[in-house]
Amino acid sequence: MSKELIRLRDLIMEFDGERILDGINLYINDHEFLTLLGPSGCGKTTTLRIIGGFLTPTSGTVIFDGETINDVPPYKRQINTVFQRYALFPHLDVYDNIAFGLRVAKLPKQEIDARVKEMLEIVSLRGYENRHIDSLSGGQQQRVAIARALVNRPKVLLLDEPLGALDLRLRKDMQNELKRIQQALGITFIYVTHDQEEALSMSDTIVVMDKGRIQQIGKPEDIYNEPKNAFVADFIGESNILDGVMLEDYRVKFFDREFQCVDKGFAPNEPVDVVIRPEDVDIVPVREGHLVGKVTAITFKGLNYDIIVEFKGFKWLIQSTDYQAVGSTIGIRLNPEDIHIMHKSEYSGMFGDYSSYSAEYDELTEDAGDEKE
Amino acid sequence: MKKNNAVLLSTPYLIWMVLFTLIPLGVVVYYALTDPATGVFSLVNLRQLGMYLPVLWTSIVYSLVSALVCLILGYPVAYFIAHCGQTAQKFLYMLVMLPMCMSFLLRTLAWVGLLNDQGIINNLLVAFFDWLRSLGGVFAGIPEDFGRLTLIRTPGAVVLGMVYNYLPYMILPLYTTIVKIDHRLIEAAEDLGCNGVQTFRRVILPLSMPGILSGITMVFVPAVSTFYISQKMGSSNTVLIGDVIERQFKQGNNPNLGAALSIVLMILVFVCTGIMNRFGGDEEGSVMV
Repeated sequence: MSKELIRLRDLIMEFDGERILDGINLYINDHEFLTLLGPSGCGKTTTLRIIGGFLTPTSGTVIFDGETINDVPPYKRQINTVFQRYALFPHLDVYDNIAFGLRVAKLPKQEIDARVKEMLEIVSLRGYENRHIDSLSGGQQQRVAIARALVNRPKVLLLDEPLGALDLRLRKDMQNELKRIQQALGITFIYVTHDQEEALSMSDTIVVMDKGRIQQIGKPEDIYNEPKNAFVADFIGESNILDGVMLEDYRVKFFDREFQCVDKGFAPNEPVDVVIRPEDVDIVPVREGHLVGKVTAITFKGLNYDIIVEFKGFKWLIQSTDYQAVGSTIGIRLNPEDIHIMHKSEYSGMFGDYSSYSAEYDELTEDAGDEKE
Repeated sequence: MKKNNAVLLSTPYLIWMVLFTLIPLGVVVYYALTDPATGVFSLVNLRQLGMYLPVLWTSIVYSLVSALVCLILGYPVAYFIAHCGQTAQKFLYMLVMLPMCMSFLLRTLAWVGLLNDQGIINNLLVAFFDWLRSLGGVFAGIPEDFGRLTLIRTPGAVVLGMVYNYLPYMILPLYTTIVKIDHRLIEAAEDLGCNGVQTFRRVILPLSMPGILSGITMVFVPAVSTFYISQKMGSSNTVLIGDVIERQFKQGNNPNLGAALSIVLMILVFVCTGIMNRFGGDEEGSVMV
């Protein structure tokens, strides 16, 4: 990627003695699409608001283009924001909302007009110039919010859960749209979301956050394939997480059985977390299986079946396109590249067990609700 | 609720309205259109109205000036209250309401006591200059009874009386409007390059407009029809239409002319509210209380 544009150094944020951010260190490159991903209350919105200038960190520095900007007010930053639920001006129509920043900057009328028209084109809202904000659908308001920010040609665009209020179909469309706009205009996007799919499909870089700390930074593929700890493994996609022992390089033991793996660099006999993605497991006849378990539940998901299989009292989630009857006994095989080894962390033992499968799904739907920080 | 129930439940009020508003209004119209001496239909009262136009004009000017002063005084207060913490907001709100809990007459008379030629303010001023003189030196030349000002019986005193009495009616709608302004809109303005002044001018002020209009209406309407304030605090030059109407009923013994005048006043109030509502028309639910 190109040169570094923003650097956050040792950011700490406290509200009423409660630590919201606990030592954030991060750099963001020019033209990058970076996503801050994490559950409610992880500090992602706070981080974004610090970059936008709406909050001043308790300690630490924000560096923009080589200059410390901790005390620079929002209106002097070359950064614009697409706010959660848009925050469009209700007393102005679509055109005036988009022209707002340009008028404040006192640009000549013709230039304002040209740039607003261009923006309307980009977000496919031509002909909506004089529409009242309240008469627009959620998706249209979303586009106005994006246009209102981008028309100022900022170096960085901050997006705070911009698709949170849209329905699934529209979300998917807008995801593609945003990615297209970002690439076409070459602007750095810093995107906040709790939706891991959104993060995986749009980002160049994902920053996974929890409890005010960065858990992992990496490309979407790396985050998914090589999660650093049980939290990341569980938050990004589905994971079965087991206790294991790393015997030596490339050899791990769990469920009293030794497996070949592709990881190395652990201490001999180090206790580790073993991650197995549900879609990586191959179902085979019982006598060919590395492990043998009993199917306890199966749910049709469209693309595949979610199958819960019990191995020695521990329940796994396995995804397969083949139906397996509840109560039947199946064998599974694990290839070395299907086994991911992680160091033990504070999150060990908290995730990756599907014993309470249905309950977990309920929690997920609740989480999809409001984000308050 | 079913529609029938709603009708049933609102019946007491509807009866009240008919008995004590609509019928009396009819009586007022009847009086306005009858000859005071003979009691037959006549336009004689309406023909007399012309000579009261200057008084009506004075009333309008004084009320508008008062509404404007209330706006200038009230907006910062309302803005401040709206940005306080929850508890402070409740307390300050109550403080604004407090004068309204006291009798209108008492409040006005209290001002008379303050502003009179022999009133508290003047006595304090005179006492101050007496004290200065007692120091001697350059102050020895201050004449006796120096410092007494003509405060009462001035146009300013009338405006002061109106402002003091009606200021809460300005602050409350302003406060309810400002407190509802979404804080994210202010952040959005800052994000788009507005400094404090620009944010106020481009976002906060336009979004306060419904409150401003309803505040002006709520001060103007009672102020334009007020009486007593100018009787006590004004002079013969500051007679207001409300006082004239009162005089027709009490001293002039011409209720027919009084009725005609009050109809004119009523129409004026209607027109004013209409204009205000037109201005604030497209803002959602202009805050008419």
